[in-house]
Amino acid sequence: MAAFTNFILVCGGTACESSKSDKIYKNLMHECESQGVRDKVQVVKTGCFGFCEQGPIVKVLPEESFYVQVTPEDAKEIVSEHLVKGREVTRLLYDKAESKKRAQIDEMDFYQKQVRVVLRNCGVINPEDINEYLGRDGYVALEKALFEMKPDDIIEELKTAGLRGRGGAGFPTWMKWNFTKKVEDDQKYIVCNADEGDPGAYMDRSTLEGDPHSILEAMTIAGYTVGANFGYIYIRAEYPLAINRLKIAMNQAREYGLLGDNILDTGFNFDIEIRLGAGAFVCGEETALLRSIEGERGMPTPRPPFPATKGVFGQPTVINNVETWANIPIILMKGGEWFSKIGTEDSKGTKVFALTGKIRNSGLVEVPMGTTLREIVFDIGGGIPNGKEFKAVQTGGPSGGVITKDYLDTPIDYVHLQELGSIMGSGGMIVMDEDDCMVDVSKFYLGFTVDESCGKCAPCRVGGRTLYNILERITEGEGEMEDLDRIKSIAQATQKASLCGLGQTAPNPIISTITYFEDEYKAHIKDKRCPAGHCKKLITYHILPDKCIGCGLCARRCPTNAISGEIRQLHTIDQELCIKCGECYNVCKFDAVYVR
Amino acid sequence: MAVKSDAEITFSQELLDHMETWREKPGNLIMILHKVQEEFGFIPREAAKKVAKIMNVPLAKIYGVITFYHYFKLNKPGKYNIQVCMGTACYLKGGEDILNELESVLGIGVNQVTTDGQFSIEAVRCVGACGLAPVLIVGEDVFGKLTKDRLPEILAKYQEK
Repeated sequence: MAAFTNFILVCGGTACESSKSDKIYKNLMHECESQGVRDKVQVVKTGCFGFCEQGPIVKVLPEESFYVQVTPEDAKEIVSEHLVKGREVTRLLYDKAESKKRAQIDEMDFYQKQVRVVLRNCGVINPEDINEYLGRDGYVALEKALFEMKPDDIIEELKTAGLRGRGGAGFPTWMKWNFTKKVEDDQKYIVCNADEGDPGAYMDRSTLEGDPHSILEAMTIAGYTVGANFGYIYIRAEYPLAINRLKIAMNQAREYGLLGDNILDTGFNFDIEIRLGAGAFVCGEETALLRSIEGERGMPTPRPPFPATKGVFGQPTVINNVETWANIPIILMKGGEWFSKIGTEDSKGTKVFALTGKIRNSGLVEVPMGTTLREIVFDIGGGIPNGKEFKAVQTGGPSGGVITKDYLDTPIDYVHLQELGSIMGSGGMIVMDEDDCMVDVSKFYLGFTVDESCGKCAPCRVGGRTLYNILERITEGEGEMEDLDRIKSIAQATQKASLCGLGQTAPNPIISTITYFEDEYKAHIKDKRCPAGHCKKLITYHILPDKCIGCGLCARRCPTNAISGEIRQLHTIDQELCIKCGECYNVCKFDAVYVR
Repeated sequence: MAVKSDAEITFSQELLDHMETWREKPGNLIMILHKVQEEFGFIPREAAKKVAKIMNVPLAKIYGVITFYHYFKLNKPGKYNIQVCMGTACYLKGGEDILNELESVLGIGVNQVTTDGQFSIEAVRCVGACGLAPVLIVGEDVFGKLTKDRLPEILAKYQEK
């Protein structure tokens, strides 16, 4: 290793991989070979860097040069210029707007406010090589647990750390483990919930792709703590890259005696099996997930009994989600005390958010709990693109709600989000601008939960559908004022009477948007108008006489020939024929088309 | 893909071996169905019957599971199954318009196959490539930051093959 003078890190996360990062990696290898620097340079394919907006990303060490939007054809230049001649390829560097200073990674706004605990190895190590994980103190926590700590010490450490579940509800992790530990039973299980179904959230996938060993290590530690010798990783079948890397990691860990029988010669046995999900959002709910591992339809069961005492195959089970697991090894390594210093009073540690939607720097960000929304959206995310106005951020996906401009300075943690009528959820953070209609967004989320409702209990099955129908009417201009009260009472019933988290939280997006954007609902109902200009039945397109120069482009592009006018004369839109596809609005170069 | 008529259907040795590996493991049904779908691209009725026979589970239970999970398909998809992401980020950035345009270009709806068997359309849950929204996937190729204008060019790529 010492012989290498440079390292090239190529992002191998799903987003970059789909933009040909594999080809970039191969080309870089090939170029290093043919330009004779193969013995000086090591090319590594890593997990996600988080800066997906600008992918594919290539980083060169030790200069920390951060190359963005790299194409396979750029490989030659990176090698010949940077590695052979020692000159950075300026045109590929991430430049912030006009400033031409070197884009070193710690100078970038995107990374400046981030604290990487969960993603500590993502974008740093090659996830397909256990030695690189070991080189970053991998499996040190497991060794410490097995040789220096008693199970109760571990639970105590987690209690000091104050780690809470990152999957949604935020239940203290030490308590879960302790419940299972206290049950007397020969067969207990450890489960990793990697059924990341929340649309717009992909932190778990990135963690598994970038640092699979951390999850295996954490589950093994839990096995030792509660007295379990077998674990399941329940993962979406839609994540083939993550599944593959987990399989590689499991095989390597077994070879090294870190998984399987007689781990590190201690006589402790623990093994893990992968179980594939099959596209059912409800399976993210723990009791439904357990049914699915058992090969059944993924329908939730009432709690109690909780999985901690009666889980998979009726046995005591510890179930945590990926991000929670990823925190465990570092807590044991650096101590609960260290961890508890990050974050706020009752929300310790960091949280990974998938920042997406109408945002300049879309990507994965990890910040200490208590960071304000303003810092995340504007400092890290770079604000809203195309000169649009910020409208709201949606957190918690189909179970969460919106946070508006007035609350941008709220510290993000479990308590504050709940106070605002949203939830932490798994960490999807979707930014919306002035063009996004809040009624339509609620309809989108509700459509999702209605589709994913397992149908077992009536409040969720019927309540959700009824709410959806009302929203549909409103967005089509058929709403009436009484609908608002109807929504509130049905929503309340659904929240209170549904069996599982899916139904109980399904009305959250509507309640939240009605609370903060009641005027927008009223505009749809009373004025038959969609203020955001989104709901097709409620908008009309028009041409401004003083801006139209009569170029005829809109008329040529109109699919229904609804636009007429002589060349160089004002054009007009026949509202009878218009299907409101928005094509004229999009193609007009003179901003002459507007929405009303 | 050795699909024979009606009752008899041939499973590859690999699939049969997979079933044997999983036979004794509790809760094996979903893992077996995944492998069946991997082999046929969907779960033909004859295959479901055969699994029922080999693994000794009621056919009704198999259908209970297949119909519960979105991932399992009952009908044969096109040679190129086009998956349009319907996650939140893609939705906000016009994923629905992409889907509508695709439907009108191909003349089929979601979960339908073109008459030549070349294409089928599927509206899928968030694929987690939100930085690339809106996203469409054909086989293993991912097309991101899409606009409607690019659809004909993308389709043409597969039409020739």
